[in-house]
Amino acid sequence: MTCRTGPGPDLPEGRRTAHTDAAFTALLEDSAEELYESAPCGYLSTLMDGTVAKINTTLLNWLGLTRDDVVGRLRFTDLLTVGGRIYHDTHFAPLLRMQGGVNGIALDIRQADGGRLPVLISSVTKTDHDGRPLLIRTTVFDASDRRAYEQELLRERQVAEEARRRAEEDRQRLQEALAVLQSSLLPAQLPQVPGMEAASHYHTASPDRLGGDFYDLFPLDDRRWAFFLGDVCGKGPQAAAVTSLTRYTLRAAALHNPDPVAALTTLNTVLHERYATGDPRYCTAVFGVLEPEGDTVTVELASGGHPPALVLRQDGPTEYLPTPGGLLVGIMPSAPFTSARTVLGAGDTLLLYTDGLTEARTGEKRELFGDEALLDFATTLTDTAPRQVVTAMTGLLNSFGDGLDDDTALLALGVPMTDPTPASDT
Amino acid sequence: MDIVSRNNVTVTGPHDAPVLLLAHGFGCDQNMWRLVAPALAGDHRVVRFDYVGSGKSDLAAWSESRYSTLDGYARDVVEICEALDLRDVRFVGHSVSAMIGVLAAAAAPDRFHSLIMVGPSPHYIDTPGYRGGFSAEDIDELLESLESNYLGWSATMAPVIMGNPDRPELGEELTNSFCATDPAIARVFARTTFLSDSRDHLTTVKLPTLVLECSQDVIAPREVGAYVHAAIPDSRLVTLDATGHCPQLSAPEATVAAITDFLGSRS
Repeated sequence: MTCRTGPGPDLPEGRRTAHTDAAFTALLEDSAEELYESAPCGYLSTLMDGTVAKINTTLLNWLGLTRDDVVGRLRFTDLLTVGGRIYHDTHFAPLLRMQGGVNGIALDIRQADGGRLPVLISSVTKTDHDGRPLLIRTTVFDASDRRAYEQELLRERQVAEEARRRAEEDRQRLQEALAVLQSSLLPAQLPQVPGMEAASHYHTASPDRLGGDFYDLFPLDDRRWAFFLGDVCGKGPQAAAVTSLTRYTLRAAALHNPDPVAALTTLNTVLHERYATGDPRYCTAVFGVLEPEGDTVTVELASGGHPPALVLRQDGPTEYLPTPGGLLVGIMPSAPFTSARTVLGAGDTLLLYTDGLTEARTGEKRELFGDEALLDFATTLTDTAPRQVVTAMTGLLNSFGDGLDDDTALLALGVPMTDPTPASDT
Repeated sequence: MDIVSRNNVTVTGPHDAPVLLLAHGFGCDQNMWRLVAPALAGDHRVVRFDYVGSGKSDLAAWSESRYSTLDGYARDVVEICEALDLRDVRFVGHSVSAMIGVLAAAAAPDRFHSLIMVGPSPHYIDTPGYRGGFSAEDIDELLESLESNYLGWSATMAPVIMGNPDRPELGEELTNSFCATDPAIARVFARTTFLSDSRDHLTTVKLPTLVLECSQDVIAPREVGAYVHAAIPDSRLVTLDATGHCPQLSAPEATVAAITDFLGSRS
């Protein structure tokens, strides 16, 4: 602050007006004493032991005390609340001693009427020629408005933190619920099929969303087993509802008539009837029946719009089992489904997968992985046992990184080379 | 991270001289010893450090469970002694660190030679037959203001306190930064300090002990100094003509003189 207590500058004659003269006169009357006592802030000088040596009227008025109450009788810390005193002695005083000045520290001063005034305090140390501290000069600013504003900011911040914490909890709960629901759409573990080995893997693209892929493996009678794998269009709760309906329809249909085309036809009727009005829902699916005969297993399957199964031979070429022309399940009142047949010998494996695998994006150009690359990859596998095939395919899926943004289900069914080993999930 | 980096340990003075381990209290960091360390380092190996959570310590090493008891801070002291293989340690503990030193000496008795307590208080709250200087309400008020107001007692520390990782320059510009602490950590340290009761530990102290107090100290009043002196069998009480809680800053020469005089008589 600049203030004049001496004569004003000499202005050129003629520029002085009655108006400026009056202003200077008013300033001249504002003595240093007056400026100190009635400043819009509190002033305080203390000895190094904290004893108040000088205090201005503004601060006395805020405190509700007289000069005689304070000067030579109280220490600066006596003016503070207990918390403030501790803070002063553990933070303020050390900083002041080490830096020679402390700026804008928020404290509360105690008023004679029992009230508290939030203030901002700045202090500097006056030293002698040898740098020894002589006294401390302190300014005190009323910070009531500022403190109220800070409290409001603080309150908002606490509310926001609480909301964030709750949202996180809700998210956690939702994820747990989704995980339970998702697991209800898949077999908890694959059953052990006599004379065969089975392995599966389910890659979840997002823990926040239910996937639409499904698979199952279950006995039809004491000889034959049925399996299916498919992909419901869409994701989330609606897709999960379709998945649930699909899974139990196929299971019931298979027990009634295990012919693969018949099972898919029943599913088509059910889905089309259920979703004919409103939001149309459909899926792709492969349904099949396993029938062991001696050392081999005959596979009869049918596909409704699903990518072809891969057959990996122990001592033969790896190739697709084509099922062209099958229509999506549930989209038309009646639909054609394409059937196919193959025989698995010892060491052969049938791999079913959903299109998350072939539609993953790879490379810098983010190109589709595709059927050919999958066939090439499968051809390189030397161990064609189901578990090894699923492990290799899981590794392939993981190698896609963020190029894989869809759920992917894998189901591998094979005839072991030697004694059958238990089924496994990976 | 090794202990020396974790606790920002600094060592000055002759390597083969007796070890003085200087431990700061609640508030700032090892800078608290700035005015006395050079004089003490003349004929001592002076070791200073920041407790985990204070100063330039590794905040990643802080955990609420460990640093909610004085034992957690005492483990810092013992771990520093082990890391540097300090022996015959003359432990200088300011404020709450005086009691931390008692715990550390009990945990590793082979490493300690003597204790120098600067402004010690084993218990801050008045109880029947004991005057600690504060009522339970006073301490509650202190802790409440810490709990409820983490914009802080200090406006200049607000950027630090608000946590502004995107704008580190805000923190670096602060001249007050060595007294700035993460508010969550400061709350835990304050609570641990001001709710502690180490009175029972005092009577177990077997080491020669200097109790150094100020004549005018709100945080550790004269009665408390007398109590500590009476409770420790082999102790000497020295009252400095000084005000406040930090004689190493307000009366550095007298503090150095009292420490060297005590150590001279006990070496």
